[in-house]
Amino acid sequence: MLLTDLLKTAFRGISTHKSRMVLTILGIVIGITSIMAIMSVGKSAEQLILGEIQKLGSNNVFILPGKEPKGPTDAAGSLINDSIKQKDIDDLSKSSNVPGATNIIPYAFGSVASSFESNIYEGMVIGSTEYSQKNFDLKIEEGRYYDQYDVDSKSSVAVIGTEVKKELFGNDDSIGKRIKVNNRPFQVIGVLKKEGAGSFINFNQAVLAPYTSIQQDVLGIKYFQRVTVETKSIEEIPGVIKDIETLLRNNHDISDTEEDDFYIQTQENIANSVKSVTGILTVLLSSVAAISLIVGGVGIMNIMFVSVTERTREIGLRKSLGATNKNILTQFLYEALMLTLSGGIIGVIFGFLLSWGLSWAAQKFADIDFPLVFSIQGLILGVVVSAGIGIVFGIFPAHQASKKSPVEALRDEQ
Amino acid sequence: MDLIKTIGLEKIYRNDDVETRALDGIDLDIKEGEFVAIMGPSGSGKSTLMQVLGCLDRPTGGKYFFEGKELDTYTDNELAKIRNEKIGFVFQAFNLLPRLSVLENVAMPLMYRGTPEKQRKEKALEMINMVGLSDRVDYHTSRLSGGQKQRVAIARALVNEPKIIFADEPTGNLDSKSGGVVLDFLQKLNNEGHTIVVVTHELYVAQSAKRILHIVDGKLDSDKLVEKRRVIAEEGFLK
Repeated sequence: MLLTDLLKTAFRGISTHKSRMVLTILGIVIGITSIMAIMSVGKSAEQLILGEIQKLGSNNVFILPGKEPKGPTDAAGSLINDSIKQKDIDDLSKSSNVPGATNIIPYAFGSVASSFESNIYEGMVIGSTEYSQKNFDLKIEEGRYYDQYDVDSKSSVAVIGTEVKKELFGNDDSIGKRIKVNNRPFQVIGVLKKEGAGSFINFNQAVLAPYTSIQQDVLGIKYFQRVTVETKSIEEIPGVIKDIETLLRNNHDISDTEEDDFYIQTQENIANSVKSVTGILTVLLSSVAAISLIVGGVGIMNIMFVSVTERTREIGLRKSLGATNKNILTQFLYEALMLTLSGGIIGVIFGFLLSWGLSWAAQKFADIDFPLVFSIQGLILGVVVSAGIGIVFGIFPAHQASKKSPVEALRDEQ
Repeated sequence: MDLIKTIGLEKIYRNDDVETRALDGIDLDIKEGEFVAIMGPSGSGKSTLMQVLGCLDRPTGGKYFFEGKELDTYTDNELAKIRNEKIGFVFQAFNLLPRLSVLENVAMPLMYRGTPEKQRKEKALEMINMVGLSDRVDYHTSRLSGGQKQRVAIARALVNEPKIIFADEPTGNLDSKSGGVVLDFLQKLNNEGHTIVVVTHELYVAQSAKRILHIVDGKLDSDKLVEKRRVIAEEGFLK
C-alpha cells in the first residue's frame, strides 16, 4: 500500500467526525501552547535579565556582605549582614592594596520616607560616592549630581528620581528646595532623567545622596550593603578578587575561607546563576504543561478506541478486500498521529501568538522592554512531542484494530 | 485441478465449554468455471463455510486446499494477499464505505494491492462501466439505491480479476427487480468463465446456479446439479 494512500485513508478517517476530533486534540493544543509560551517567555525573561546584568558592566566586581546565597530563598540572609565597614572601604581604596581597581564605590541604602511640606514619599534612599553616577550610567534631567566635595564634606544634598519629584513637588521646580529625608533636611540639587522599568533598581523612585550624609544620620547603620569595585579591565578581575579576599580576610581576622563573612560576584557568575534559575523555572513550568499533554494523549487514546469499535465493520471489510494487519495498524496509527501532530502544530502557532501577546503587553502596560524570543527548541519539542504522543497513545487502539478477525468484524451489526 | 478442495473440514466454536460444530466434516470440491449455490436453513453453517472457503476464517480441523495448496500453513498476511488477489466478495449488506465515492470503493482492492493510482482509476472505471454505473462514478455510495450499491460491490469484487467470487445472500436486501439485475450479472460473469459461489437460503436464487450444495447442521446433506436452471436474462427474476 502506498504512503499517499495511507495518508489519504487516515485523513478520511479523522475528518468523518470533525467536531469530535477538534475537541479531542484540545488537550494537546493546550499542552503544546503552554510549553511553547513558557519556553519563549522563559527565554525572553532570561535575555531581559541578562541585558540588565550587561549594564552592570563587565569590568565590575561586587562585594557583598554575608555568606554567598546558595538558592533563591537564601538571598535575604545577606541583607542583614554588617561585616563591611568604613575601614574596609578605606583600605580597599588604597591603590597599593588593590592595584587592579580604579574606583571603590560603597553603597548604603534603605527604604525611608521623604517629605516636602505635606507631601510624603516612601522610597529607596541610596547613599554612595560620586562615582555611582557613572557606574549606573545615570542621566541628569536638571541640576547636577553630587560630587567628591559633597561626599567628603558630608553635604546634605540629594538627587531625586522623577517619581519622587512628581510626588513631592508636582510640576513645581524642585532644585534648591529643602526636603526632609527621615526628618533630616536635604537640599535637592538634581533630578534624574526618567528611566524605563525592568531594571534591578528603579531610580525613578530613588533618592540619591552622598553616603557620608546618609549612612549613619539617616539610615542609622555603620556598614555597607554593597561595594562595587571598578577594575581597569576584565583581565584584572581574577587578581582584584584575590586582593580583595586577602584584604578583607585580614581585616576581619578570617583564617578559614569557610568562615568568610563576605562574597564576591562578577557579571559573569551573576549571569550564570540567572541562567540556571530561569532554566530550572522553565523545566518546572514545562513539566506542569506536560501533564496536560499526557491527559490529552489519554483523550486521544480513548477516542481512538471508540473509533476502532465504531468502525469494526469497516476494518472487517478492508481486511476482506485484502488489507493486512499492518495496513490496518498503520491506518489507525496515522490517524492518531495526524490528530496529535495537527494539535502540536496548532499549539506551536498559538504558543507563538501567546508569547508575542505577552511581550507586547509587557511593553505596552508595564513599560518593560520585554524581548520577543521565538524558541526554536520549543518548536521542535512541540512537533516531536506531539508526534510521540500520537505514537505512544495511538499504538494500542491501532493494535486492537489490526487484530480484529475479518469474520468477527463483518458480523458486527451496526 | 480443483480450485477448491476440502477434506473433513471442521469449524468448532467453543463458548464457555459449550461446543458448537458449525462445520462438521465437509468434503467438497469446486472446479474453475463452476457456479455453485450453497443452501441451507439459518444456523446450518453455510455462512461459516463461505467464510472459511473465502479465507476470512480458518478451519479448526480438516484440510482446505486452494489452488492445490493447503491453506493451513499460510500466515495472516498471505491469507490477506489471497483475499486481495484471488477472491472477490459480495455481501448481503453491500459493505461499501459510505463516505467514499463509487470510484474509491471500487478501487480499494487495487489500493491494498499497491497498484499505481492511474492504473487503479482506469481499471476501476472499466468495472464501473461494466456494471452500468458510469454516470455515478463520483457519487458517495450512501446516495445510491440498494441495487446500485450491490452493483458497485460486484464491480469491486471483480476489479482485481479474482479466481473466484463469493456472494453471501447477494439479493437478500434487494427488491426482486434489483435482485434480478444482480443475479443476471453473476450469471453473465459465470458465462465469461468466472467461478462463482452464492450462499443463499432461497431456492429461486439457488436455481440460477448450476450446482446446489445443501448444508444441514454443518454437514453436507446433498450435492446436486441444477436440472431446470433459471436463466435470468430470459425469464426475468420473479420471487
